Amino acid sequence: MPATTVNATRMELTRLKKKLATSTRGHKLLKDKRDEMMKQFLEMVRENRALRKRVEEGMIRAYGSFTVASALMSSEMLEQSLLYPKQSVELDMKYQNIMGVNTPVYQFSTRSDASGGDIYPYGFATTSGELDGAVDALSSVFQDMLRLAQIEKATQLLAEEIEKTRRRVNALEYVVIPECQENIKYITMKLSENERNNTIRLMKVKDMMLAESLEEKRQETAKALKLFDSPTQ
Amino acid sequence: MSMYKIAVLGDRESVLGFQALGLDVHTAETVEAAKKTLHQLARDGETAIIYLTEQLAVQMQDEINRYKDEVMPAIILIPGKDGSLGIGMQNITDSVERAVGADIL
Repeated sequence: MPATTVNATRMELTRLKKKLATSTRGHKLLKDKRDEMMKQFLEMVRENRALRKRVEEGMIRAYGSFTVASALMSSEMLEQSLLYPKQSVELDMKYQNIMGVNTPVYQFSTRSDASGGDIYPYGFATTSGELDGAVDALSSVFQDMLRLAQIEKATQLLAEEIEKTRRRVNALEYVVIPECQENIKYITMKLSENERNNTIRLMKVKDMMLAESLEEKRQETAKALKLFDSPTQ
Repeated sequence: MSMYKIAVLGDRESVLGFQALGLDVHTAETVEAAKKTLHQLARDGETAIIYLTEQLAVQMQDEINRYKDEVMPAIILIPGKDGSLGIGMQNITDSVERAVGADIL
């Protein structure tokens, strides 16, 4: 017996059969999508971990140099040295489509104010060498940081999409499709039951009609016999 | 093709160095200030990436999660001057758990 009331009609049966076909097809497609996304996702997670480790190590090294630099220089001096950057970074963002998920792709370009070639925005007279090292370390880790941003965002977005797809696949597999199958079975059985009911009823009516006509004939015969016998009396 | 900005948000000592690289540096000494700046940056439509120090991120998870499912901005955690707290790594594990339903790595 299905959980909800179903009309046991042929029209409902056709509708349910169509729904089942669509659900089965959708389930298969979504499952394929989920599997492929999972494959790409796991690859990205692996890269994400490696990158994050590298970035964190690089940054901690840079912080170390900064700490030394700030110990050697006064904090005002340090701040002043870094106040006006020589280069500016501009970011260009495009989108890449991974299995229907829009993920950002970053491309950055640096613009230097002077064509000096280095990135130190200060003169060397008043700063310590440690500061150069710190800025250098940061600048070399920056490329990785950008890549990390790209891949980490993509991982987050993909995770969300996989979660959604997974829920849909499960809902189809464990709710929609079994329910459909059960309802179809219920309607088919109900319909054939009705068919049998009808056949039995017809047979019964036919029996009754036969019995009636037999009885009629018998009565007629009896009447005729009576008439036939009466003049002799 | 429009150009976007990269912002760095954290306490003064942590983010000072990024100024030399030409990034958009914002300092926040308190969590309240950081939350305010984060929302401002996220809403201005020009900032594509926000690097946020883990030390601040610990106390503003809700604000970060709000932007997690949007393409822009990408909020990326970086270790602050006191070192890594491991939240960045934990976040990766969390997203695996979210996608797969269990931690499989």
